Amino acid sequence: MTNLIATTDICTYHEVEYTFITSLQEAGLVELRVVDKATYIPESDLQKLERMIRLHHELEINIAGIEAITHLLERVEQMQEEMRVLRNRV
Amino acid sequence: MAFIDYYQTLGIPKNASDKDIKSAYRKLARKYHPDLNPNDAEANKKFQQLNEANEVLSDPEKRKKYDQYGENWQRGEEYAEYERQQKQNRQQHGAYSGAHASSFEGFGGDDFSDFFQSMFGQGAGSSGGRQAKYRGQDYNAELQLTLKAVAETHKQTLTVNGKNIRITIPAGVENGQTIKIAGHGGPGVNGGPAGDLYIAFSIANDTNFKRDGSDLYGTVKLDLYTAVLGGEVTVDTLNGKVKIKVKSETQNGTKVKLKGKGMPVYKKENEFGDLYITYDINIPTNLTEKQKKLFEELRAM
Repeated sequence: MTNLIATTDICTYHEVEYTFITSLQEAGLVELRVVDKATYIPESDLQKLERMIRLHHELEINIAGIEAITHLLERVEQMQEEMRVLRNRV
Repeated sequence: MAFIDYYQTLGIPKNASDKDIKSAYRKLARKYHPDLNPNDAEANKKFQQLNEANEVLSDPEKRKKYDQYGENWQRGEEYAEYERQQKQNRQQHGAYSGAHASSFEGFGGDDFSDFFQSMFGQGAGSSGGRQAKYRGQDYNAELQLTLKAVAETHKQTLTVNGKNIRITIPAGVENGQTIKIAGHGGPGVNGGPAGDLYIAFSIANDTNFKRDGSDLYGTVKLDLYTAVLGGEVTVDTLNGKVKIKVKSETQNGTKVKLKGKGMPVYKKENEFGDLYITYDINIPTNLTEKQKKLFEELRAM
């Protein structure tokens, strides 16, 4: 079972506009679920979403930039994992 | 306690305008922001220093105080007076305790320097925008284990911020691997969920084997006669000694595989890697006259 968190709660506590979250969805960066006409995000995606909100608020990065950064970070994480395995082998 | 040059931290002159400060901070924050530097403690530290510098220089009152006392903050009557006031402040702030117990560190916490705290008092740092406002903070911790210990699944109790949690460490965990303990990070704010606890394993090798994933590699010394004529050799494994047959005319450097004698495969019950043994053949030394003669005979054959 996945806990769902109402997007309205996130918008309130993070002071972001709802359209910011829907734009992230359009870019394929978050997955929203609709239950009884209200939108939710899975709790497991919250960490990722909050990172994107921080990038937007603290560093003034727009959606396109967040999209590029998210892909690069995924690659960085993969490479760090590969490096860890290779280091253990040396 | 050393003086910190906040202007230098942000790379700006002393007469920088508010706008210069803001843009210098933004520029450097884009470089060192922890979200952009995953698992990089150095960048994380640098980012905290930037925040501290920004906290002081972007606040007109703090900046004024900092400029006034500056490098002479430890000297002079003004400072003594200031220190006396500080002491009072500190007493007022006595209940404040922001430090986490134990070695568990949150990511991006407002841990300002001693210099900052002596000048502006403990708890003077505004938490402005730094922390996630909804989901709790993630905690990172390192756990040191030995290779022999991780050959078996075991339970361990950890103390995280005063709370005991019992975790199961699955056999076969690898050096540098991180596991997530969901919900054991900092508490959420405004009803948000708690953060997670990440435990990174640092595994010291207390065996003579080399490890690659679930496979182990070892060397076994073989005397010349067993190598030439065949026989048996006793080999140490993780779970005791085993005897293995040696074929006659075994070459130096020959590898043999002991199936299932490696490390347990992570999270796969009753699956094990293999142990690869490389033979290292010892040429006899201090030969007697008779032995030498017999070798001569062999050579002449």
